[in-house]
Amino acid sequence: MASVNTVAQSDSGQRNFIARLWYDKEARGVILQVLTVSILFAFIAYITSNVIANLALVGKTFSFDFLAEPAHYDINQSLIEYSSKSTHLRAGLVGMLNTLAVAVVGIIVATVLGFVLGVLRLSPNWLISKMVYCYVEFVRNTPVLLQILLVHGIVVHSLPSPRGAQDGGNLAETIFFTNRGVFAPQPLPQDGFGFVIGAFVLAIVGCFIFKRWAKKRQDETGKYLPVFLISLGAIIGLPLLVYLLMGAPLDWNHPELKGFNFKGGFVVRPEFLALTLALSIYTAAFIAEIVRAGIEAINKGQWEASLAVGMSRSRTLSEVIIPQAMRVIVPPLTSQYLNLTKNSSLAIAIGYMDIVATIGGITLMQTGKEMETMIIVIGFYLSVSLTISMFMNWYNKRIKLVER
Amino acid sequence: MSDTSTTQRYPIGQIPDMPPPLLESGIFYWVRKNLLSSWTNVALTILAVWFLWLVLPPMYEWMFSNAVFEAADRAGCQALGDGACWAFIQERFTIFIYGFYPEPERWRPILAFGLLFVALGPLLFDGFPYRGKAMLFSMAYPFVAAWLLLGGGGLTQVTTDQFGGMLLNVIVGVTGITFSLPIGIVLALGRASNMPAVRIICVTFIEFIRGVPLITLLFVASTMLSYFLPPGTSFDLLMRVLIMVTLFSSGYMAEVIRGGLQAIPRGQYEAADSMGLKYWQSMRLIVLPQALKISIPGIVNTFIGLFKDTTLVIIIGLLDILGMGRASLADSKWAGLSSEVYISIAVFFFLFCFAMSRYSLYLEGKLETGHKN
Repeated sequence: MASVNTVAQSDSGQRNFIARLWYDKEARGVILQVLTVSILFAFIAYITSNVIANLALVGKTFSFDFLAEPAHYDINQSLIEYSSKSTHLRAGLVGMLNTLAVAVVGIIVATVLGFVLGVLRLSPNWLISKMVYCYVEFVRNTPVLLQILLVHGIVVHSLPSPRGAQDGGNLAETIFFTNRGVFAPQPLPQDGFGFVIGAFVLAIVGCFIFKRWAKKRQDETGKYLPVFLISLGAIIGLPLLVYLLMGAPLDWNHPELKGFNFKGGFVVRPEFLALTLALSIYTAAFIAEIVRAGIEAINKGQWEASLAVGMSRSRTLSEVIIPQAMRVIVPPLTSQYLNLTKNSSLAIAIGYMDIVATIGGITLMQTGKEMETMIIVIGFYLSVSLTISMFMNWYNKRIKLVER
Repeated sequence: MSDTSTTQRYPIGQIPDMPPPLLESGIFYWVRKNLLSSWTNVALTILAVWFLWLVLPPMYEWMFSNAVFEAADRAGCQALGDGACWAFIQERFTIFIYGFYPEPERWRPILAFGLLFVALGPLLFDGFPYRGKAMLFSMAYPFVAAWLLLGGGGLTQVTTDQFGGMLLNVIVGVTGITFSLPIGIVLALGRASNMPAVRIICVTFIEFIRGVPLITLLFVASTMLSYFLPPGTSFDLLMRVLIMVTLFSSGYMAEVIRGGLQAIPRGQYEAADSMGLKYWQSMRLIVLPQALKISIPGIVNTFIGLFKDTTLVIIIGLLDILGMGRASLADSKWAGLSSEVYISIAVFFFLFCFAMSRYSLYLEGKLETGHKN
């Protein structure tokens, strides 16, 4: 009807120019877009002018110079060199790395746990399936912040003090579980350790070539090799062999109890432990549901066909069902990874020094630079989110069904 | 054997059904099939039973049989039993629910909460009596609730810093979801629009919101939002939080509704166009009613997520139920009862969220049969 109107009106020429434009679909689109964009710009200009006026009123300037100033605060866990004399920039970097550490470890643990739980949820064993169901429902329906606080409380309260860990709470007197953190010996590579790393890299490369060869062989002759087990053996065995041949070129820096706490060694703080554990537990419940839905989405015929050709249940699952289910699983899995990364910002509730706690917390309080610090924090999260979704999109494309 | 017994005793065609063999029915069959069907299954069952044996009895003892329900303080609890000290929760219960809301006025949040269900009724159930008129009340509900809670106009004024406990969680959650729905619809329509400028703006906004944690937005609300407003204006922290939470959930809402819009067959859009309906007419009369109906489970799930996320307000210093719980841990009379507090709050949230997720599952089931034919 709209197009009929347009023709009628332009023929009679009774309407004025603007009305004619309005009834033309394309012209109207252009007008509306110009209007939207100008309203947006007006809004941005209004906010910017407000910001400038407000900053002038309290005598603040907009600059990132504070990043070069010394931070004057301590961070108890840092992956890079840091002291209270370091700059705010360095503190921010430490925070970013801490966030990424939680995100990476959490994603790995949550994925493994989630897949195992998702498969167990579909187990023919009624008891196991119901237990996983209870776990999933309870975890999914309570706030993640609450879980973080609860896990942190349990970790801090149930582990012994460093002195107590000397008597109990240790693994063979080398790894100590205390409420100040988990202390483990730190490896110190000596001369010749490079060969071990070389052997490790060689083993990984070799496994890739072996996997291709095995696949080709299977395609041609139908003979199946347990690729995973052989690869695992090679990746662990080869470096171990070289390590022993070189005469064990590795020293350990053992943690020792000095005064009230352990000194030396490699330490994982209870905050990191609690946060990673809680986020993994929380996200694993969601991943379990996604995996379950993905497996259930696969046609029953695939199971039957695979069992009919004589594959075992576990091989069917790992080589027929899950590769197909991955196509259903990956998109929602991506958003779970993003959620885990974003939820790691709750670190601030238990005092783990992530980016929100360093730049967005103490630095903000010290310098009073709300704008600048928030821009850094938000920019960081946006770029991490974009990177993860780009990677998962690439992966999703790679495993997509090739249609002929 | 069966040959002789059946053919000799009964005429052909009148042979009664035999009961199934003992091992193929009843409890034995169930156990054999579900718990002991293969060796791995037997091993899993043993493992599960062992695990439950390890976990359940101590948990039961701690939570119920050794727990103390009435005592004056922690020492009193410990004297009576070594289980959980629920007396603490009992003493703080009203503060967990209402925060510092003045005691004589507490009928107002209760009434507002009750009216919430009256307002939700016509939205959620098709067969609600006088649905059309009841819908008007649903529209007016946010304002009625705000008046009841804040007071003014005949009621005693209550300032927002007196809001707390579960009341605060419900206020933030319900406000966020109510106001994010229309914004989410507009954003979703904008994202599906064929005008590039509108589309880009909507996509940028949605992806921005979904790319940052709620905490950073709450920080923006508590530290920075006043910079964006004309000099001299400042408003309530709760109000700022509500604005941010609404914007946050509208990003997620937009994606849920986009899913609904995409699920509508192309033919519906084309049919609406060929009827000569204008864009807003076709959206309002044809597309959105269908799209929103399919999105209801997603909307409920978004609400569950948002409701759980309302606990994050403690990070900027508001005292919701979790904040009240943590604050009461500082009481020296009751020191060291964090497990009791956290577990009871967890149960609280579980009851709310589990009920809602069941409802959304029920809806999914209902909609499923409606659309497959």
